[in-house]
Amino acid sequence: MARLTLWRWGVLGLAGLYFLVPLAASVVFTVDVPGQGVTFDAYTQIFSTDGFTSSLLLSLELAAATIAVVLLLMVPAMVALRLGAPRLRPVVEVVCSLPLVVPPIAFVAGIGTVLKWGPEHLSRTPLFQTFVAIQNPDFPFVLVLAYVVMALPFVYRALDAGLRAVDVRTLVEAARSCGAGWPQALVQAVLPNLRGALLNASFLTLALVLGEFTVAQLLGFQPFAVWIVNVSGSQAQLSVAVSVLSLLVTWVLLLALAGAGGRTRTASRG
Amino acid sequence: MTVTAPDTTATTAATVEFRGLRREFGPTVALDGLDLTVRPGELLALLGPSGCGKTTALRMLAGFEHPDSGEVLIDGEDVTRVPAHRRDAGMVFQSYSLFPHLDALDNVAFGLRMRKVRTSERRARAAELLELVGLADKGGRFPHQLSGGQQQRVALARALALRPRVLLLDEPLSALDAKVRLSLREEIRRLQQDLGITTLFVTHDQEEALSMADRVAVMHAGRLEQCAPPAELYGRPATAFVAEFVGTMSRIPGRLADGGVEVLGQRLPVDGPVPAGPDVDVLVRPEAVGVRTDGDGSARVVATSFLGAAVRVTVRLADGTEVKADLPAHEAGGLGAGTAVTVSLPERPVLVAARTP
Repeated sequence: MARLTLWRWGVLGLAGLYFLVPLAASVVFTVDVPGQGVTFDAYTQIFSTDGFTSSLLLSLELAAATIAVVLLLMVPAMVALRLGAPRLRPVVEVVCSLPLVVPPIAFVAGIGTVLKWGPEHLSRTPLFQTFVAIQNPDFPFVLVLAYVVMALPFVYRALDAGLRAVDVRTLVEAARSCGAGWPQALVQAVLPNLRGALLNASFLTLALVLGEFTVAQLLGFQPFAVWIVNVSGSQAQLSVAVSVLSLLVTWVLLLALAGAGGRTRTASRG
Repeated sequence: MTVTAPDTTATTAATVEFRGLRREFGPTVALDGLDLTVRPGELLALLGPSGCGKTTALRMLAGFEHPDSGEVLIDGEDVTRVPAHRRDAGMVFQSYSLFPHLDALDNVAFGLRMRKVRTSERRARAAELLELVGLADKGGRFPHQLSGGQQQRVALARALALRPRVLLLDEPLSALDAKVRLSLREEIRRLQQDLGITTLFVTHDQEEALSMADRVAVMHAGRLEQCAPPAELYGRPATAFVAEFVGTMSRIPGRLADGGVEVLGQRLPVDGPVPAGPDVDVLVRPEAVGVRTDGDGSARVVATSFLGAAVRVTVRLADGTEVKADLPAHEAGGLGAGTAVTVSLPERPVLVAARTP
């Protein structure tokens, strides 16, 4: 028993070192400027650098929109799949896993081609305005569409695991025999028991959107990840400080999400 | 059908009618023209082997399945097209049907919440129902903190919360252990009689059906075989299937002659319909068979098993037929395996069925 515990601590320590050493090195690099001693200039500089707030806000807005869209799309679809057509599950699973196989670079090339149809073929139709609107640099909805597709594999898996743990059919039937209509049965009886799964799906989507670079960069928008790379070209210390900060921001957001859902998750266990 | 009155008694009990219900799932016929009437206030058990269509019939009454043809009537009113949540039927499922995210009280109050009953009122009513099922102190527990029997009690309270006209029980005891099953069985029956609510109870356990129900409907391959009070079902089964499904039945070869049947050297009158003869099987319950030690007897005891008050003796006749007999323990003392015996039947009319190969 003692040896087992020793092993566990050993493994934990090694894993901790693997993650913490680079992190610590980054932090030291940003605060210890040669010749000046310890200084937090790099961090204070972040907030005054042009584009920090706007790009971070854009990323958060994109993340919120993506989470909303992907859940509105996937939750009814997965519940319907479970209740109505269980045989179609492998098909949906394969479709939802496709974004893992298609590299983002190919994906964005495809999106770029489609977006070019706007000026080339549709300039005299009302659709042209739609194409313009989804590429509005203040809130590029085309990125939300792209992120929804990219989040599908993670959201599918998270929801599937959650749905496996509850007997959706019986819950819906029990609710209906208690006088609940279909929408009420889903919202009042099924969704509360999927809280953990919804939370996991949101986690993964949030992390994905905050860190996504390829698609945003190639389509010419500037969310947080793109801004970090752009800044890092000019000032080495500043860029590392931004990375450390973005890591912290992501952590804080994930913890906040967990805190919001954790209380009820323990209540609905079992 | 008000949900606001504080008393727990149901309004007038409803009549339920199934008329010519038919349902196919691909190649299998789940219901093949089911006609059945449940009288007001009675507990009717739907009994049958798995796949006989009993659950499908119940789910059609609940509104979860729809018949290919035929209709479901509650109090003479056709509800075949009425959606499940407007059927006014409370249902208890096999197991694990409580909402895991709600405590016992909120589970019971769920239906009232759907009907927009005020919070204080529905909590009071839910507490009252929990008391009715003997769980007044467990209102704050979540389903995973309750035992299987307690969960089913909460489910029963939840099903009764909206004062349904019909109570549907879909094998509610099958996931429980034997002792809990017995006590809950009695409790469901007591509640059902107190409330006088028309109840349909699906089970594959014949003992459960016979001990609880006012009438038992035996189903086989999507059809109704017989619907009768338990004693009649056991004593005068209408078909060979019912005879063998309900209780234990032995088949002894016999021969029809002069309106009677010759069996085991006796001539007995025939009860019920007479099949085409002359070779038939006589159906006998184990408690009706007499077994006597007889050195000259052609039958041999094959096995005995002790059942408590009685001993079940399996006897092989000269022609190889095996007959089961229940004897009082004190009479079965000398009957070890291999003992030569004679088998006799009481001088009463017997059931006969066409000979099965």
